[in-house]
Amino acid sequence: MTPAEVAIRVRDVSHQFGEAGQTRHVQALQNTSLDVTRGELHCLIGPSGCGKSTLLSVIGGLMTPTTGTVTVAGKPVRGPMPHDLAFVFQENALFPWNTVFENIVLGMKFQGVRKSERNERARRALEAVGLDAFAEHFPGQLSGGMRQRAALARALSLETDILLMDEPFGALDEQTRMVLGEDLSVLLSRSHKTIVFVTHSLGEAVFLADRVSVFSARPGSIKEIITIDEPHPRKPSFMTAPKFHALRDQLYTLLHDEIRKTISEAAQPRRRYDETAKAGGGAA
Amino acid sequence: MNGDAREPFAIRLASRMLQAAFVAVLLILWLLATNVWGVSSILLPSPINVWHQLVDVIRTGQFIPDLRVTLGELFAAFAISTALGVTLGYFVSRSPYFIKVFEPLFAAIYAIPIILFLPLYILIWGLGPASKIALGATISFFPIVLSTIVGFGQVDRTLVTAARSMGANNVQMFRHVLLPAALPVVLAGLRMGFTVTLLSVIGSETIAALAGLGHRIVNLAENMEMARMFAYIVFVVAIVAFLNSVLSMLEAYGRWR
Repeated sequence: MTPAEVAIRVRDVSHQFGEAGQTRHVQALQNTSLDVTRGELHCLIGPSGCGKSTLLSVIGGLMTPTTGTVTVAGKPVRGPMPHDLAFVFQENALFPWNTVFENIVLGMKFQGVRKSERNERARRALEAVGLDAFAEHFPGQLSGGMRQRAALARALSLETDILLMDEPFGALDEQTRMVLGEDLSVLLSRSHKTIVFVTHSLGEAVFLADRVSVFSARPGSIKEIITIDEPHPRKPSFMTAPKFHALRDQLYTLLHDEIRKTISEAAQPRRRYDETAKAGGGAA
Repeated sequence: MNGDAREPFAIRLASRMLQAAFVAVLLILWLLATNVWGVSSILLPSPINVWHQLVDVIRTGQFIPDLRVTLGELFAAFAISTALGVTLGYFVSRSPYFIKVFEPLFAAIYAIPIILFLPLYILIWGLGPASKIALGATISFFPIVLSTIVGFGQVDRTLVTAARSMGANNVQMFRHVLLPAALPVVLAGLRMGFTVTLLSVIGSETIAALAGLGHRIVNLAENMEMARMFAYIVFVVAIVAFLNSVLSMLEAYGRWR
C-alpha cells in the first residue's frame, strides 16, 4: 500500500480514562494500529467498551490519545478537522431548535462554507438522502430513521473525503436499519468517500464494509481484519447469499470469545455494586 | 410542545367561556354582598362605586406619578438582577466544580425570605425607590441565576461535540448551540424573576415608601377611601395581567418547536 492510498493512518494508539490506580481508571485502547485505505468502508466491530468509539473520536480529533499518533490526509490530527472529516453520531445530534434545512446550513456555516453556496449544497444533500420533502420539519417531527438520514445529509453537505459514523443506525429498529444500510451502500458507491463505521451488528458490518476490524475485549485492540470482497452497491440479495452467511459466521466466531470475556468481567463489579446499593438502602 | 395551538377551537372557546363565567359569578356575588346582603361598604365597597372611582382615577390621570415610580422600580430591579443573574449563572455553568459549589449555595439563599432585609435596606437606601430596587433585585437574582446555571449546565454533550466536529468557533458555539439550548430554561427563570420582582416592589411599597402604587393603596386604606382603594387594586391587577401576557409571548418565542 503506497502512502497516497492511505486515508487514515493510526499508529500505536493507546487511550486511558483516568489515572492508573483510580477507581474510574479504564484502559480503553491498547497499542492499536490501522491503515484505512482511500475510498474503503471500514467497519469497527467489537464487544461493548472495547474502545471502538474511542478510536473513532481519536481519529476525528475529538479526543487526544494518551499515546500514539493519527494521520489524516497526511496531516497529524491535533483537533477537529472539519474540512477533512465529518461525523455522523448515534442519535440526537441534530439541533432540535432548527429545521432539517437549517441544521444542514448551520453545519456548513461552522465549517466555513461561503453563504452563497450553502442553500444549494443543502438541497443537494437532502435530495441524496431522499428527505427533500422534509426540509422544513423539525427533528422532533421526524422518525428515528429520518433523523439519521438528516444527520447523514448534514455530514454529506460538508463534502469531506472522510465520514466517521458512530453506530449511526444503532438506535433504529431492524427493518429501518436494513433499508438505511442498502441506501447507504448505493449512496457511497457513487461518492467514493472513505468511511469508518462503528457498529454492533454483524450483519450490518458484512453488508456494508470492504473490511471489518474485529476488536478484542478491553483493553481493546484490533484482533483481526476481515476483507469482504463484494462490489458496491450491494443488493438486498447479498444478504441471503451463502457468502454473506459464511462471513457473518466467521465474524461471530471471532467475536464470541471476546464478548464472553466482557460479560464475565462486567458481572463481578456489578455484584459489588449491588452490595453497595443494599448497604446504602439499609442505612437510609 | 405546541399543545395549545392544536387544541380544537370549540374546546378552547368552551374553556375561555368557563373562565369568563367564573369571573362573572364572582362579580355577581360581590354585587349581591354589597347591595342586597348589606355588607358594610367600609369592608367591601359596591362594585359600581369601584367602577366609578376607577374611571375617575384613569380620567384624571392621578395614577400616572405612582405608576411611573412603581414601573421604574420594577424595571430597574429586574434589569439589575437579569444582568447579574444571567452573567454570573453563565460563568458558573461553565465549570462542573463551580456548579457543585454555587448551585446549592444559591438554592439555600433562595429559600430565605429576603423580605426580612427590607428594614436594613431602608436604613441603607432610604424610603425612596432605591431601597425597593435593591430589594427587588436581590429577591429576583436567585431564581434567575439558578435557572441560568441549570439551563446552560444541562446542554446535551452530543450537540456540543457535533458542533465542534463541524468546526464551530466559540462565538458560533454560544450563539447557535449553548444559547438556544439554554433559552427555554433561562426564560422560565426570567419569568419567575419578574413575578417576584413585582411582588417585592409593590409589597415593599406598602410597607414603607414615599410613592408608588403600593404606597397609594395603603394610603387610601388609611383614609378609609375604600372604593378608590379597590379601584387602584383593579388597576394594578390589569397592569400585571398585561405585563404577564407580554412575558408569556416572549417565553413562547424562545421555546423549541
